[in-house]
Amino acid sequence: MNKLFENELKVINIGLKSFKETLDEQNVQSVQVDWKPPLISDSTLFDVIRINSDKIETANKEAVKRILNSKPVLTGMGKAIDVIPGMKKNLLLHAGPPVAWDKMCGPMKGAVIGALIYEGFAKTFEEAEKVATSGKIEFSPCHEHATVGPMAGIVSPSMPVFILENEEFGNKAFCTMNEGLGKVLRYGAYDESVIERLRWMENVLYPSLKKAIEKIGKIDLKNIIAQALHMGDEVHNRNRAATSLLYRTLAPEIVNQNEKENAISVLNFINSNDHFFLNLSMGVSKVSLDAARNIENSSIVVVMARNGTEFGIQLSGTGDKWFTGISPIPEALYFTGYTKGDANPDIGDSSITETNGLGGFAIAASPAIVQFVGGSTNDAVNYTLKMYEITAAENNIYKIPYLNFRGTPTGIDVIKVIEKNILPFIDTGVAHKNAGIGQIGAGVLEAPVDPFKKAFIGFANQLKNS
Amino acid sequence: MVTGILKRGEYFDSVSLMLIAKKISELEIVLDSAAVMGTPENKSMLQTSGLLTDELQNASDMDLMIAYKCNSQNESDLISKKINELFKKSDNTNKSSGSLNPSSLESAIKILPDANLAMISVAGKYAGDEAMKALKNGLNVILFSDNVSIEKEIELKNFAKEKGLFVMGPDCGTAIINGVPLAFANVVNRGNIGIVAASGTGLQEVSCLISNSGCGIFQAIGTGGRDVKKEVGGIMFLEGIKALAEDKNTEVILLVSKPPADEVIIKIIELVNKIEKPVVGVFLNASIELLKQSKINIARTLEEGAMLAVVHSRKENIGKVYDDLESQFSELQTIAGKESAKLNKTQKYVRALFSGGTFCDETQMFFQHIDEDVFSNTPVGKVKKLKDIWKSEKHTIIDLGDDEFTVGKPHPMIDYSTRNKRILAETNDPETAVILLDIVLGYGSNMNPLAEIVPVIKEVKELTLQQKRHLPIVCSVTGTDKDPQNRTTVAAALKAEGVLVMESNAAASKLAKFLIERRVKRNE
Repeated sequence: MNKLFENELKVINIGLKSFKETLDEQNVQSVQVDWKPPLISDSTLFDVIRINSDKIETANKEAVKRILNSKPVLTGMGKAIDVIPGMKKNLLLHAGPPVAWDKMCGPMKGAVIGALIYEGFAKTFEEAEKVATSGKIEFSPCHEHATVGPMAGIVSPSMPVFILENEEFGNKAFCTMNEGLGKVLRYGAYDESVIERLRWMENVLYPSLKKAIEKIGKIDLKNIIAQALHMGDEVHNRNRAATSLLYRTLAPEIVNQNEKENAISVLNFINSNDHFFLNLSMGVSKVSLDAARNIENSSIVVVMARNGTEFGIQLSGTGDKWFTGISPIPEALYFTGYTKGDANPDIGDSSITETNGLGGFAIAASPAIVQFVGGSTNDAVNYTLKMYEITAAENNIYKIPYLNFRGTPTGIDVIKVIEKNILPFIDTGVAHKNAGIGQIGAGVLEAPVDPFKKAFIGFANQLKNS
Repeated sequence: MVTGILKRGEYFDSVSLMLIAKKISELEIVLDSAAVMGTPENKSMLQTSGLLTDELQNASDMDLMIAYKCNSQNESDLISKKINELFKKSDNTNKSSGSLNPSSLESAIKILPDANLAMISVAGKYAGDEAMKALKNGLNVILFSDNVSIEKEIELKNFAKEKGLFVMGPDCGTAIINGVPLAFANVVNRGNIGIVAASGTGLQEVSCLISNSGCGIFQAIGTGGRDVKKEVGGIMFLEGIKALAEDKNTEVILLVSKPPADEVIIKIIELVNKIEKPVVGVFLNASIELLKQSKINIARTLEEGAMLAVVHSRKENIGKVYDDLESQFSELQTIAGKESAKLNKTQKYVRALFSGGTFCDETQMFFQHIDEDVFSNTPVGKVKKLKDIWKSEKHTIIDLGDDEFTVGKPHPMIDYSTRNKRILAETNDPETAVILLDIVLGYGSNMNPLAEIVPVIKEVKELTLQQKRHLPIVCSVTGTDKDPQNRTTVAAALKAEGVLVMESNAAASKLAKFLIERRVKRNE
C-alpha cells in the first residue's frame, strides 16, 4: 500500500520552475532539477544501454576502481628512443588524435619543424618542411605510446622524458620536461633560442634531474597533487604549488649530485617556471587512466586529447578507437595585444588531467584562477559541482577543501554526458594560431559534442553486436 | 595622448589584471591599453606599443602599470575614473558559496534522499522515461506533461502499482497531497474529504466549492483523463480509492471523472462496495444505469458532488443538498427572467468560451437536451462537432484549452488573448444571447486575471451600447480566498462590471440555459 500519505511531502521538481516556487511558498522541501533533453534522440540506442545496464555498471565500477587505486610514482628519466614503447628514429609523437602533416595546425607544424631541426634532420625551416612532407618521417599520437605532451606535444627520439610507474598495476607513462613560457617548442616556436634551450635541457637539466631522482628512488606524485589541490592548484592551468612541492623534494639531491654551477642553473630553471609540474600532472593522469583501459562494456572516458585541429576521445570499452570532432576555440582572457581572432583551436594532451578528475573538474580548489571561469569563486564551484553529474565516482585522494574535502569528480561516463546533455569542462592555455608566437591567453571551454556523440553511438552499437 | 598610471606596491595576479585590461579596452574612447605588473618584459612590451610613459619607466616588479591611449585630457580623466571603479569592483567579488541545481533526478535524490514525490513537466517525449526513473527510485510521480503515449502510461502505472506508488497523469494538472496543493491547484482548507479525479478542472472546481463552504480536503489524487478509459483500465483511479479508504485523515471519498469505460465502472463499483466510508461520485455525462446498483452516492454536476461531500463531511442529512439546489433553481430563474426580458429578438444563442475542459463537458451536458442544435470543438453526447473551431454556430460551447487552440501558446488559464478576441467576435454577432465564461484561479493560473478580462468586458459593454443591445455575461470563478488572486476580490470586480458571477460552473450553466429557455418562450 502507498506510503505517500503517511510521510511528510518532499518533492523533486523536474521541469517548470514555477511549481518549485509554489512549493517554496508553502514551505514544502523540494529540489529543482535543471533538466535538459539528451544529446541524442535515438531511443533505440538508449534501449541498448538500458538492457545492458548491469553489465555496464559492473564494468564502470571496475574502471573507476582502477583509476582511483592507481599509484603513480616518478621513478626515473630516459631518452625517448630508449624508453617509450614503439619509439623510432624517424618517429615524432604529437598531441591529440592522429593527424597528417597537411591537416596540422600552425603551432603543431612549427613544433614539428623545431623537432626536426633539434634532431638534426634539417637545418632550416625550408629543409625541415621538405623532410616533414617527404614521407620519411612518421607521426603518431603520444597517447598511443603511453605518453602525453602539452600543446603540440611533440616528442622526438632524442628528447629526455620522465618515467612514471603505476605501482598498483605495473604500467608506465612518459612525458617531456616543461620548457617554460614564451618562445617554446610546444607552442610551435622553432628559432635558435628554442633549439638551444632544448639542447641545454638534454645536456644539463636532464642528467642533473636524472641523478637526483635516482638518488631519491621514487617520488609519490599523487601525494604531491593531493597537497597541491589544498594549496590552490588544479594542476592544469595552475601548477604553482605542485611545482614548489616538487622543487622542495628535488632540491637537496640536485645540489648533492651535481656541480654547483649546474645545480644553480637547474634550480633556477625550475623555480622560474610555474608550469614545470604540468607535464607530470599529465603523466600521472595518463598512467592512472591507462590502467582502466580495455575493460569490456565500460563507458568510462580514458582519453580526451586535442591536436589543434580535432578533439578526440577514447573509451575504456572501445579499445584503441578514436572518436573525434572539430576542436573548438576556447573562451579566454587574452594577454595584452591579442584577441580571439589570434587563437588556435584547442590543442594539447593536457585535457588528460580533466579526464582524471583534475584541471577544470577540480577548479573549485583553485580560487586564484577563477577569473578564467567568470570571475567569482561561485562560478568555479558550480563548474566542479556540475562535473559530478557526468562522472562515475568521487576521488579518494584528490579533495577540494572548499567543498568540505569532497573528492573531485572522477571518471567521465559518456552515457551520462549524452543523457544529461552536460559536456566536460576544460580550463586550458591558448596558443597563437601561427607557429612560434606562443601562449596568448588562458581560458575555458566545453568539450565539443561530436566526439561524445560518436563515442556513445559506437559504444551502443558495439553492445548491440556483442 | 598616452596616460600612464603607476600604482606602487599594488600586486595583482596576472589573471585579475587581464580581466581589468579587457574591461578597459572595451571602453569606447580607449584606443589602446594595458594593465600589467612592472617587470622588465612588460616594460619592453609597453615600449613597443608606445604606451611606456616616463613615469612607468620607474616601475618595479611589484608595481602595477596601467597605460592607455585616448584623444583628449577630458577623455583621459574619464577613463582614469572608470579604472578606479574597476579596481574597486575587483575587490568585492562575490564570495558566496556554490549553488547549483542538480541536472538529474539521481543527483537530486542525493540532495533530498527522503524525497517521496517527483513532479515531472518536461516535454512528453522524455517525460515517460523520467517518470520511470523516479518510480525505480521509489518516488511517487505527478506527470504534468501531456503527449506521453498510452503504452507508456500503462507500463508506468502497472510498474507503480506493483511498487505501491502513484502515477498521477500524464496530463495531470493538479493534485493535493497531505494538504499541499501541487501544480495548477487552489489553496483549499484542509479537512476530512479525499478526492480521486480523472479531470483536472473538475478537481479544482469540487475542491474550491468544498473549501468555500467551510469544509476541507487533505488528499486529492489526479489520475489524468485517460486513466478511466478501457485501455488503462482505471489502474490509478482504483489505487487512489484504495489509498483514501486506508487514509486515516479521510472520512469522505469524492470521485470525479468524465464517464469511465463500462469495465472500469464495474471495477470501481466492486471496490467501493467494500469500503465503509461514504463515497460520492460525479461521472459527467455517464449513463447512470450501471452506477445505480452501487453504494456510490451519485451527483449529476460537480457542484452537486461537492455539496454531497460536504453534507457527508458534516454528517448532515443528504436532503439538505436537494433543498439547497431547489432554492438555487428559483433564484436563477428570477435572474434569468430579468435578463431575458432585456434581449433583442435577434439574440438567440449561448456562446460558452471555457478555459477549463471539464467545464466545457459539464455545460454541454446541460444544453444537449435543448431542442436546437448545439456545437462544440469537443462534443459529447448529442452535441455536434463545430465545422470551424474559430466560428460559432447556433449554440456553441468551446474548450479553448484544447490542443487546436493552444499550439505554440500558453494555456488559456494563463494567456487570455485568444479568448478575449473570441469574446469580442461573439459580441459582434447579433445572434449571441448570452456569453458564458469561466475564470480559474490558483497557482499556475494567471496571477492577475482582472487585468486580462476587465478591459474586454468594458469593450463588450461599449459595443453593445452602440448597437443598442443588452448582452449578459455569465461567469463562474473557480478559486478560494486563500488563492494568490483571492476569489472575493475577483468576483467583486467582475460584478462591478455587470458580470453575473456564479459560485459554480453548474450554476452558471443553469442560468445561461434558463435564459435561453425564457427567450424562446418569450419569442413564441
